[in-house]
Amino acid sequence: MADKLLEIKNLTTSFRIKDDYHAAVDNLSLTVNKNEVLAIVGESGCGKSALAFSIMGLHTRAKIDGDILYRDKNIAKMTPAELNKVRGKDIGMIFQDPLTSLNPLMQIDEQIGETILLHNKEMSKSARQERVLDLLNKVGIPRPEYVMNQFPHELSGGMRQRVMIAMAIANKPELLIADEPTTALDVTIQSQILDLINKLKNEMNSGIVLITHDLGVVAEMADRVAVMYAGQIVEVADVKTLFANPKHPYTRSLLNSVPSGNEEQDQLHVIQGIVPSLQNLPREGCRFSARIPWVDDSAHEKHPELREVAPGHLVRCTCYKHFSFPDASKEEQHVLS
Amino acid sequence: MSYLEVNDLKVHFPVKGGIFGRTVDHIKAVDGVSISLEKGKTYGLVGESGSGKSTTGRAIIGLNNITSGQVIFEGEDITNVKRTKSEATKNIQMIFQDPYSSLNPKKRVVDIVSEPLRNFENLTRKEERKRVSELLELVGLSPESILKYPHEFSGGQRQRIGIARAIALKPKLIIADEPVSALDVSVQAQVLNFMKEIQKELDLTYLFISHDLGVIKHMCDDIGIMYKGRYVEEGTADDIFSNPQHIYTKRLVAAIPDIDPNKREEKRKFREEVKTEYDQSYNDYFDEEGLAYKLQPISDTHYVALPEKG
Amino acid sequence: MWKFSVRRTLIMIPQLIVLSILIFVLAQLMPGDALSGQVGPDVDPKRLDEIREQMGWNDPWHEQYGRWMGGILQGDFGESFRFKMPVTDLIGQRIVNSFWLSVATLILTYLIAIPLGITSGRFNDTWRDQLITGYSYVGFATPLFIFALVMLWLFGFTLQWFPTSGSVTPGLEPGTFEYMMSKLYHLLLPAISMALITTYSTIQYLRNEIVDTKQKDFIITARAKGASESRVYNRHILRNSLLPIAAFFGFEITGLIGGSIFIENIFGYPGMGQLLVESITLRDYTVLTATTLLFGVASILGALLSDIILSIVDPRIRIK
Repeated sequence: MADKLLEIKNLTTSFRIKDDYHAAVDNLSLTVNKNEVLAIVGESGCGKSALAFSIMGLHTRAKIDGDILYRDKNIAKMTPAELNKVRGKDIGMIFQDPLTSLNPLMQIDEQIGETILLHNKEMSKSARQERVLDLLNKVGIPRPEYVMNQFPHELSGGMRQRVMIAMAIANKPELLIADEPTTALDVTIQSQILDLINKLKNEMNSGIVLITHDLGVVAEMADRVAVMYAGQIVEVADVKTLFANPKHPYTRSLLNSVPSGNEEQDQLHVIQGIVPSLQNLPREGCRFSARIPWVDDSAHEKHPELREVAPGHLVRCTCYKHFSFPDASKEEQHVLS
Repeated sequence: MSYLEVNDLKVHFPVKGGIFGRTVDHIKAVDGVSISLEKGKTYGLVGESGSGKSTTGRAIIGLNNITSGQVIFEGEDITNVKRTKSEATKNIQMIFQDPYSSLNPKKRVVDIVSEPLRNFENLTRKEERKRVSELLELVGLSPESILKYPHEFSGGQRQRIGIARAIALKPKLIIADEPVSALDVSVQAQVLNFMKEIQKELDLTYLFISHDLGVIKHMCDDIGIMYKGRYVEEGTADDIFSNPQHIYTKRLVAAIPDIDPNKREEKRKFREEVKTEYDQSYNDYFDEEGLAYKLQPISDTHYVALPEKG
Repeated sequence: MWKFSVRRTLIMIPQLIVLSILIFVLAQLMPGDALSGQVGPDVDPKRLDEIREQMGWNDPWHEQYGRWMGGILQGDFGESFRFKMPVTDLIGQRIVNSFWLSVATLILTYLIAIPLGITSGRFNDTWRDQLITGYSYVGFATPLFIFALVMLWLFGFTLQWFPTSGSVTPGLEPGTFEYMMSKLYHLLLPAISMALITTYSTIQYLRNEIVDTKQKDFIITARAKGASESRVYNRHILRNSLLPIAAFFGFEITGLIGGSIFIENIFGYPGMGQLLVESITLRDYTVLTATTLLFGVASILGALLSDIILSIVDPRIRIK
């Protein structure tokens, strides 16, 4: 059995809108193992970022129920002071937009140095600077002793994201959460950053939670994949299974709507309707049913649960057994090897 | 003569400097780009941020000043034609990237979509309403949404409103600048499908600007790859994706994540190889300033920026 | 940064020239001149014309302007018609008084604005914020001259805690400790009155900056590093929010000028504001143009100061 690093049990993260709380993450359970990349995929509004922020305790105005167990400590129940000992040390985070996520008025060495300082109070300033230099080298920044004294706006997008990564790994965290780390970057920079994250993972044996909407990034990076829709996980599988043998209608629809370039089809698959907003999230039955209206109601469960359909492959609701695309010929082009 | 012809287009922005703010240098955002585009086809303009692809599109439609070069549309030179109320403005429209910020949030849909109509056609209020309803129906929005505001729509719907505005004057050429970059994949699929549909229906020609090679491959017949304001390679979709010649194109194509996880290691190795090749042969493909050379034909359709022989 | 400062300073020169021409022409356009109302109706109009001719008042305006500017550049603002003394001497002591009043007001403004703005911004939409916002609305709505009159009546006349006019107790030896304390004592009430009212804009500005900065992505990054809430506030939010406040400093000076005109007149404080009003009512044109010009110069310098401060504290501008 793999070495469990993080275990999320029945996590519900709700936001208050007017007088009611609405769950963006709804009774979600998930484990992350050591030395594995777990990708969480879904479109905007599915709750994947809310999940990442919950793990880091970064929500300031959300109600959080359930447990987030990190080595027998429960992050969900920690006081702010306890939380601050974990964040930045045991768990590091990389954000989507490296420009806005770096303080515009702080030099690079100070920003990276702060992460080190906060968790190594007794370390001398020169030792800290030494470590910053090390980190900049490690994330592949040319002329680090020069870049150290620069401000974020003087760096390119790719360099900024490298700084962000240096900051996240400064204290060799066991768990790294990367929230859309390459979405704001050009494709060649994206591949460099992904390769870097991969290299660091192998060096540090950390677990990585990779939040992304890009199925290409998932295929490149992930060991396991969890697909989220409307605050729930609808399918979990190892990456090869998920791409070769996707089960849940949402997973299959997503895969079919990407212009991968391998197909001859003129039209891409379109998922009917829209991702419901937080207030309008369906709370009963199969949450995806409204988007596949041609599937008979009897195909869905009343209270859909994640069930193991093969070792390590979990699917929510029974509707996948009865699902096919309206134009069935389309899908075949997508099933890979 | 092609439908749209761009000859040696240059757009240079002055750089001010010194105590008196004199022009000390120029940023060559677009530096000698030529495009020829056939009617009914889709031409993809690809490049990374700062490559000049958007500036090219904006210069063609007259949103950026052209430093030198020519833009010929339907055989007519429109390079320096005053763009207000000219035929060219009517016939060439633009779709923008961000459906959230390119629509005025204080205007109702009817006002947004009818804006170009008001500029070019004298319609009564009733006729205008009718036209807008028709346009909305065409882009798949219910005619009741005519009195709503942009924030009441989803991202995909907003992009459709943007498209409705663009096609209001029955244009012949649409310049689409990253039209789906801000959208989720399923919404992106909607918009791309829809653009293909109306292309057939209205006999449209597209200049499709994007950084996403997957989208470009799906949409385009011909492709031009830009780097630092210049072309590095041009050819049919097949030329570019199956037989990339320039080292920059190779690297760009290699960087596209493959959707098959089984090919992961293979892909990573390939990227390494291309990176090595890129570093080694950089001087063969770029001049002293790190810019691309002039395009040389290697087949009827395929052009690559290489140093002149000899 | 140097290039920026030099360029910014050079831009100021045409601004100053335009300002001086404007003031001079406007003064010329005002009905009457220094002689009107001064001389009896029995004086021969021809004699008046002669005097006007002698004074050069019939010359083309640009020649008069040239003479005026030439004088100013040598520190000569001309002669006051009413006080029969050089304007430079008249302004001398008053400009010092106004300067110290402004300094005291500025210090008090920031002493009030910074803690209140921080509290208001950090705990936005709580009772504390609402209380402070309420105060700033009152400050915004209350006319300065009415508030100043109330302060004068309450603390000056009724409670007699503060002197009610002048800038120093007469008879004290300049340069002694008592003299300086007396000066401070005299400017305290006007400064407090003005600061209490004008501080609202700085409070609200700081509050909004903090509320804004609080929602920035890099604040989330700071929390994700494990920074405590107090560190997030002190190191990240405050530092970034105070920057525009520092840049706003120069414009505060401009605001002070407007306020000082009321304050100095109400508190009988002999400064530039009082002199300006006096010169208007007495039609003392040389004094009027000189004071207006100096106020204008102060505003332009304030704006310059703001830009230079901003270029020093903000690395994004500093580099250019």
